[in-house]
Amino acid sequence: MESALQSIWFFLWGLLWAVFFMTDGFDLGIGTLLPFLGKNDTEKRLMINSIGPLWDGNEVWLITAGGVTFAAFPTVYAFMFSSLYTPLMLILFALIIRGVSFEFRGKIESEAWKKLWDTCIFISSAAPAILFGVAFANIFQGLPFDQNGYHGNLIYLLNPYGLLGGVLFLMLFLVHGALWLTIRTPGALQARADAAANNLWFVLTGVAVLFLGATYVYTPIYANYLSRPVLFVVPLITVIALFGIKFLVMKKQYLKAWFSSAATIVSATFFCIIGLYPNLFPSNVDAIYSLTAHNASASPLTLKIMLVVVLMFIPIVIAYQVWAYVMFSDQLSAEDLAAEEAY
Amino acid sequence: MDVVLLSRLQFAAATMFHFLFVPLTLGLSVLVAYMETQYVRTGDETYLSMTKFWAKLFLINFAVGVVTGITLEFQFGTNWSRYSAYVGDIFGSLLAIEATTSFFLESTLLGVWIFGWKKLSKKAHAAVMWLVAMAGTLSSIWILLANGWMQHPVGYTLRNGRAELESFAAVVTNKFGILEFFHTVSSAYVLSAFFVMGISAYHLLKKQHIEFFTRSFKIALVFGLASSLFVAISGDTHGVHVSEVQPAKLAAMEAHWETTQRAPIHIFAIPDADSEKNIIEIGSIPGLLSLMSFHDINAEVKGLKDFPKSERPPVMLTFISFRIMVGLGTLFILLTIYGWFKRNRLLESTNYLKVMLFAIPLPYLAIELGWVLAEVGRQPWIVYGLMKTSDAVSPIAGSQVLFSLIGFVVVYGLLGAIGFYLITINAKKGPVLEKHL
Repeated sequence: MESALQSIWFFLWGLLWAVFFMTDGFDLGIGTLLPFLGKNDTEKRLMINSIGPLWDGNEVWLITAGGVTFAAFPTVYAFMFSSLYTPLMLILFALIIRGVSFEFRGKIESEAWKKLWDTCIFISSAAPAILFGVAFANIFQGLPFDQNGYHGNLIYLLNPYGLLGGVLFLMLFLVHGALWLTIRTPGALQARADAAANNLWFVLTGVAVLFLGATYVYTPIYANYLSRPVLFVVPLITVIALFGIKFLVMKKQYLKAWFSSAATIVSATFFCIIGLYPNLFPSNVDAIYSLTAHNASASPLTLKIMLVVVLMFIPIVIAYQVWAYVMFSDQLSAEDLAAEEAY
Repeated sequence: MDVVLLSRLQFAAATMFHFLFVPLTLGLSVLVAYMETQYVRTGDETYLSMTKFWAKLFLINFAVGVVTGITLEFQFGTNWSRYSAYVGDIFGSLLAIEATTSFFLESTLLGVWIFGWKKLSKKAHAAVMWLVAMAGTLSSIWILLANGWMQHPVGYTLRNGRAELESFAAVVTNKFGILEFFHTVSSAYVLSAFFVMGISAYHLLKKQHIEFFTRSFKIALVFGLASSLFVAISGDTHGVHVSEVQPAKLAAMEAHWETTQRAPIHIFAIPDADSEKNIIEIGSIPGLLSLMSFHDINAEVKGLKDFPKSERPPVMLTFISFRIMVGLGTLFILLTIYGWFKRNRLLESTNYLKVMLFAIPLPYLAIELGWVLAEVGRQPWIVYGLMKTSDAVSPIAGSQVLFSLIGFVVVYGLLGAIGFYLITINAKKGPVLEKHL
């Protein structure tokens, strides 16, 4: 019973991260694409306003993932975030700057002012995208810690596999973001977003193949799959969804292409989460030090209460977020930008 | 450098900065929702202009408040990992529940509200703002229950080398947290009322947009009067409870050294921790401390000397914070009562308007000092009676914390300066009057 509860929480934990990457992923992608696709102020504003109503709600998935790590796996929360102190601080500072940039950018009519915040949006979107990838890739391959604590630092995390993870996340988010722009922006910007999605898809696919190979070399992630081959259906979904993106973009079915990209991100995250199970924060010194769903969880009572809370409220959250997404998935126009409240 | 000290400084900087923006979010959302409701009910477009003007200031403030809240969710793990591992079973779940039930609602629906003017019916749009306001308040319940648990831990048992949840019901009905909730939220409403009154006073002094700002001022005045009275009542109740469960904090906030019956309150004193007495005491009223703390003039109040030196909070800071907080709270009641009598002659009451304009920062000071009292007064404990702050930090290098602390000060300093600058210029610019929608 207790072990089952811990396993349920392990996968809920994975699900929260997956949904965070799926939702805030396209915000980070669009922020990174800002200087490349937005040729003038109107286009930049279209890009920012395409995520204007949604980015804040999306970011709460990160807060919830963090909060749930704290509640369900307090030892992991404590050890993971103090070990990954510097990269996490960098991510947090970036997210802080990104959030205020949207709000501040349009408040003063000045070229230099806007340029400042455009630069901030670019850096503070690209950096978390890469750093999340670096952090998770390092978790997949295990981190250097034993009974005396953590022995790594930021430079250690920037190993080849970690960096490859960073590039993979960035590419996933760029494609995801470009696809959102094809849905919500008009005219030349939409055409450029279409071209970007098409071209970046090749890079993404190349990086994904490399990552899958490197994962076999650097991590024990495939072990769970080899012992239960039926699980290979998850990466299969990823591959189908990935090719679905290309197919649907070529047919100009942008909304469906975006969903295919969302499925790619969620299934790719789950591919790794399943391979990681039951480890949440594995040690590469010796497996006995690894923090797992079973040795690092909260008490059964807390897990039960939190399960009730999550099962009651997350469906409600999804319901009103879907409502908001439906409301704000239409194509933007010049009229929308003229509104006083637009960014 | 010392990791404990650096981590405490960082947490204080991050939290106090965050709390410069949270109270206005809590209170102004209610006022904006009320103004929009009035617009929907009466069709009077001045109310629509009011909604949009105050919402613009609300949104700049919200942006800085929300982004600086993110770090707080993670700082327990980064800087207080021993604490997190020890109490996460209880404390972590309250934070997770806050995100799931409240913060999602607030963030998602605020986006809908900002961009949904033409997509929703007038009624639905106003209802969304009420939900945003409600979600903010709901958030604060969970956060203050979490803080209340650090102040007065309940519903736990020590097992597996940590505090584990024993009774969820006890944790969510913790009197300490509930009293903190009422006191904090009503203070936030006072702050928001003074913010609206102060900016309205600025424009009324310049004799511009008179109808618009008279109406704004009066709405805020009623809100501020009711809230400042409630702050005092909730503060008194809260104080009695503190006397009961945190006697060391009580003794420090009153600079009360010797255990005595008929304990006095000193209007002014300069406490000295080294010599364990007050160097100066002015205006001591015998029995008042016993009366206020235990509602009995003869009650015995334990003095600081009866606590081991290692378990006494920093007395000077606690004492001063409490004095200034109470003084300002009293001032807010007087200012709003005075305003009530002047409410139909605001334009002529230029001196009162000037005072109200310059009073804008005072509730900010009061509310920050309230938190200094709550948190510094709890020292040396991070969880009162259960875990010391010095045992709670992460085993990380001081240099890491030093760099992030510098980062916090620089980044937050810039953001705060820009945020308040933008609020100021937009407040001075005044409203865009709605012709039609």
